[in-house]
Amino acid sequence: MSTYSLSDGLASGTPRTSRAPLLATWLRESGVGVLASIAWIAFGLSCLWWEDVGDWSRTHSLGIAAFVIAAVALFGTVGADYLGSAGQALHKRAPWLVALGAFLTVWEVATAKLAWLPLPFFPPPQAIIEVYTDDLPKLLDSVFASVKLQLGGYLIGATVGFLTGVSIGWSRAVGYWVHPVLRFIGPLPATAWLPIAFFTFPSSWSASTFLIALATGFPVTVLTWSGVASVSNAYYDVARTLGAKPSFLVLKVAIPAALPHVFVGLFMGLGSSFAVLVVAEMIGVKAGLGWYLQWAQGWAAYANMYAALIVMSLLCSGAITLLFSIRDRLLVWQKGTVKW
Amino acid sequence: MVAAALAEAITHQAAGAALDIEQVSHAFDLDGAELPVLSDVSISVEPGEFVALLGPSGCGKSTLLRLVAGLDKPKAGRLREDEQRIRNPHPSRVVVFQDPTLFPWRSVWDNVALGLEAQGVLKSQRHRVDAALDLVGLSSFRNAYPHQLSGGMAQRVALARALVNDPKILILDEPLGKLDSLTRITMQAELVSLWQRKGFTTLLVTHDAEEALVLANRVIVFSERPARVKADIRVDRPYPRHRGDPYLADLRRQILGLLGLDATW
Repeated sequence: MSTYSLSDGLASGTPRTSRAPLLATWLRESGVGVLASIAWIAFGLSCLWWEDVGDWSRTHSLGIAAFVIAAVALFGTVGADYLGSAGQALHKRAPWLVALGAFLTVWEVATAKLAWLPLPFFPPPQAIIEVYTDDLPKLLDSVFASVKLQLGGYLIGATVGFLTGVSIGWSRAVGYWVHPVLRFIGPLPATAWLPIAFFTFPSSWSASTFLIALATGFPVTVLTWSGVASVSNAYYDVARTLGAKPSFLVLKVAIPAALPHVFVGLFMGLGSSFAVLVVAEMIGVKAGLGWYLQWAQGWAAYANMYAALIVMSLLCSGAITLLFSIRDRLLVWQKGTVKW
Repeated sequence: MVAAALAEAITHQAAGAALDIEQVSHAFDLDGAELPVLSDVSISVEPGEFVALLGPSGCGKSTLLRLVAGLDKPKAGRLREDEQRIRNPHPSRVVVFQDPTLFPWRSVWDNVALGLEAQGVLKSQRHRVDAALDLVGLSSFRNAYPHQLSGGMAQRVALARALVNDPKILILDEPLGKLDSLTRITMQAELVSLWQRKGFTTLLVTHDAEEALVLANRVIVFSERPARVKADIRVDRPYPRHRGDPYLADLRRQILGLLGLDATW
């Protein structure tokens, strides 16, 4: 009997208390999305409200684009229930949208409108957009050149490093000869070779490929080697009692067991090869994003530099994402790998 | 009936190999000094026998197993499998170690397939992998990775990986040593039934006298390092054996006495 009166009381209480919590829940669920929309409206208004202090052609378009993004954020939030996974993705990124909108507003006001930050060193967002629309062919050529150089050097360096590492780890004789050379040459920053490389190699492109391969190869070699050396003898014992030949021990035991180490080496090699790539392009190669940066600096085209930096960062980050997704695919058997 | 029993006896004869350990001595090199681990050990194992090697911790039992497996070579003496000198590892003598040592990058199925793959016969013999997994009751875990298995399951996979090769001699190096006591008892029963069905010769290293007596039909007791054969005890009791069997309890007392532990009994 008492349970009945309890549920009766709850039922009668529901209509009265439900309206305020409904609004509160709605605000909690959609508030950030609405806020994101407001932040982008603010950015759009900041573009269009005042006159620019300089002469930029994309201010108006940028303002319109900001309003479009604000509208997408708003409708995406209100209609999240009908959008499925897209709505959820938007919901998850809404706080970032707020931060981004606010940052762009402050940037716009501080540069193009009130010139708090000195021009031309701090160009407004529309100046960078202008680079992407007006200087696209040259930028794309640079991206293409950089990717080509980086990819060639990295693949050569990674392959040679991997093979060297496996050989040192496996064979005592190879280790005897290669290890001292590795210790002597490896720690030298690859950029220190620049002056020599540029006049000993037939072209600046082959010199840069060599340097990138060198920068990649050293960490890959060392980590592959340590990976192969640290494989537990128990694995070899098991394989040998099951009838494994030496080639099986290398290909099916040592290398798979060493792969987690190899990927650490590939990751480190990627980082140091980026540094070499940019320096090589700035100094010797007449193409690529490093060269573009150098060229933009010569012309005091600061907006072009920022634009190139953004592209470069996307490319480097994309390369690491690619490496990590290959690793995740190959090393599914590992527990708790870092998500990039 | 008699014929069937006879036929079974014959297949048992065929499935297991004889093992002769003749005056084997072995030593380790430790910083230039020689540390003797086996001293003049001679054991002759009949085909299909289940022999337990019992001895104090670190006495050299596992070293003897490595010699039988062909992973190491003895400093003196000879080992023979069916009159053939043992010089190298061979899939007819497979070891199950104390740690399952499954390859973490391979799924359960691929781990069990390891031997056939190493011998280059996997393509035509895939059904043997499925059969071995069935035998240890882990068919539904064929796609799991080792880190997803419990200790007992991992050791079962290791057992399947050994059995898929149809070994003539199964070498067990304390395979149940790290399992909890309940899993242990279950797996002891499974080992006996596998051995009875397959008829391979079994060599089991253990430090547990009770386990030796429940499983083996012969228990060899070793001395402290360097290991010598101290006693060779026949256990003539039918399977399945009961832990409380007074005959086994009596043997156990004898064995612990040999190991210098009679005061604790």
